[in-house]
Amino acid sequence: MAELNIRERQAGDITVLDMDGRITIGEGSVALRSAIRRLLEEGKKKILLNLAGVGYIDSSGIGELVSSYTAINKDGGQLKLLSLTQKLQDLLTITKLLTVFDAYDNEADALSDFK
Amino acid sequence: MTDQTTRLVLPSHIEAVADAAAAVTDFIRNCGVSEEAAFGVEMAVREAVTNAMVHGNHEDESKSVEVIFNCHANELEVEIRDQGEGFDPATVPDPTNAENLLKTSGRGIFLMRTFMDQIEWVNRPGGGTMVRMSKRF
Repeated sequence: MAELNIRERQAGDITVLDMDGRITIGEGSVALRSAIRRLLEEGKKKILLNLAGVGYIDSSGIGELVSSYTAINKDGGQLKLLSLTQKLQDLLTITKLLTVFDAYDNEADALSDFK
Repeated sequence: MTDQTTRLVLPSHIEAVADAAAAVTDFIRNCGVSEEAAFGVEMAVREAVTNAMVHGNHEDESKSVEVIFNCHANELEVEIRDQGEGFDPATVPDPTNAENLLKTSGRGIFLMRTFMDQIEWVNRPGGGTMVRMSKRF
């Protein structure tokens, strides 16, 4: 089984990536990077990462979230995070990245905040 | 509880990081570490082993990373040894400073310090770096 499974769906012009697994150095980080690159190549620039199924992330995975955020912003898009597990929320708090990312508990709220 | 020790020797490719993480998870389960602390210990070991493989041994598979877990009465001690050129943790900037927040790397040591009670880096006389970290429980 893959370290990180990513399922894609559309909500209007917003692409939601439902992620399940681990975002760690190697396969998980590469899978996230590849998915974001592909979406940007397809012109999909409003992206919501649903992290409800991500039970573990390491510094490489956190770096990949930051890299995704900067790549999407640079392309004129927006990245938002949905349904952080408590551990992931704690990690983004101690690394002060919750001051960078827009994170939501509720999908409808997240979708309505895209411009 | 009697003292327990486990020693691993891993090749320097990143797939082996998961082996170290699985080993520490198994080890600390028998050590009395709480589930909450176990999350942080696994994180710290992952980060230390990744640093040893990537920054210490430059993913040279002819070089190995040695990981030793020791469990004493109320403390877990972990040593990670690489065969690199040595390392000065003081050169790593604080990733939580505003100017570093959007950097895509440089958080591993911060996380190790966050989750472990004590941590030190020793440049080994024969070459390479040893990271020694401990967690009380």
